[in-house]
Amino acid sequence: MNETSLAISKFSDLANPTRFLALAQRTIPWMAAATVLCLIVGLYLSFSTEGDYQQGETVRIMYLHVPSAWLAMMCYTVMSISAIGTLVWRHPLADVSAKAAAPLGAAFTLLALVTGSLWGKPMWGTWWVWDARLTSVFILFLMYLGLIALNRAIDDPSRAARVTAVLILVGFVNIPIIKFSVDWWNTLHQPASVVRLDGPAIDPEFLRPLLVMAIGFTLLFFTLHITAMRNEIWRRRVAAQRRLAARMASREE
Amino acid sequence: MTALFFRDLKLSIRASGSALVGVLFFLTVVAVIPFGVGPDLNLLSRIGPAIVWIGALLAALLGLDRLFQAERDDGSLDLMLMQETPLVLTVLVKCFAHWTATSLPLVIASPFLGLFMNMNEIAIGATMLTLLAGSPAITFIGAVGAAVAVALPRGGLLVSILVLPLTIPVLIFGVSATYAAVEDPAPFLPPFLILIALTLFFAVIGPAAAALALRNTSD
Repeated sequence: MNETSLAISKFSDLANPTRFLALAQRTIPWMAAATVLCLIVGLYLSFSTEGDYQQGETVRIMYLHVPSAWLAMMCYTVMSISAIGTLVWRHPLADVSAKAAAPLGAAFTLLALVTGSLWGKPMWGTWWVWDARLTSVFILFLMYLGLIALNRAIDDPSRAARVTAVLILVGFVNIPIIKFSVDWWNTLHQPASVVRLDGPAIDPEFLRPLLVMAIGFTLLFFTLHITAMRNEIWRRRVAAQRRLAARMASREE
Repeated sequence: MTALFFRDLKLSIRASGSALVGVLFFLTVVAVIPFGVGPDLNLLSRIGPAIVWIGALLAALLGLDRLFQAERDDGSLDLMLMQETPLVLTVLVKCFAHWTATSLPLVIASPFLGLFMNMNEIAIGATMLTLLAGSPAITFIGAVGAAVAVALPRGGLLVSILVLPLTIPVLIFGVSATYAAVEDPAPFLPPFLILIALTLFFAVIGPAAAALALRNTSD
């Protein structure tokens, strides 16, 4: 067996929900522990390092704001990959993944909006401006809510997943808009300063806690995501068992 | 394909009078604005293009849920799924027919509403031109929403919620092109070309995604 087919067989092994549940059972405690560790270290660094000479203490909001904004976009990317999995390969776990990710994405987007608003008040003197970055993230939040509403509106889970997947993929056009909005439109929001071709433009003093927090948030996301996927699989099993029980009961009458 | 175009056109004009309802809704939305912001003519002429655009956007969304609903109810959607012509093409033609029946009347009605808003000739012309270029994009995006929500019993409201966020770029560039035509320093052509690019982009993405969704909603 060459390497590609091995990878494919690993990928399709995961399609078996029971195997996924066993894997989740083993990984969740480790991931949760790593998340807690990262967040503790990150929070300690965030509070122990010095404040900015210009922004003072409020710069610490950044350590929550930037990771949640990253995750808001990454979560949508995860959903888009899941949507491709649903539509192209009919991977049975892809629709579970997309469904489990949507509320998480909405939560991280809301967190990014709220922390950004709290940061914007002392820095820009206003809670909210309609600049490109803020507006496109706000649209992302609306899209998450719309996708959740659509998924809940259709009863049959597999059909709901396929229909939602189409809309997820169409909505993906928004992600590059969010990413590059600060470069395309020169507005109040500062341009990208960490992920740049010529290296981070941010002082290492701030970069260290930021990166630790980002890793912690990412681990948090994946922990919650796998947990939510596990819950969704269990929920579907319970529903299937209930249907079976109802059918048996009606047959006995 | 031509037959389908005219069939859809006739159906939507005769059966529901959607063109008239859409224009009436457009008129009502625009007429309500002066009550909200006050009858100051200078202010109205300044925000006029934006208001006409928003009114047209909302009116275009109004009839979207009917795009595939009737076909699904009487079963002809299944025939469309089974026939040999690619479904993408069928959806594209249906979008064109829907646009001609509902959005084109809005474009034609927009100069009169521009007069209400005390806009000058250039602004009115620019609004009409940008609406003409941008409103097909709204229909194409809306087709995705309509196809996604076709299986739902009351999908109309959900279509608007799903579609509105995606139409925002169209609105932004439509309005900015209009303002660029009125105010001298900003050039008109760049935002207008982006608007056309958006329409072409969604003419490709929209019907393809809508066809995919229709295939997946049919059982």
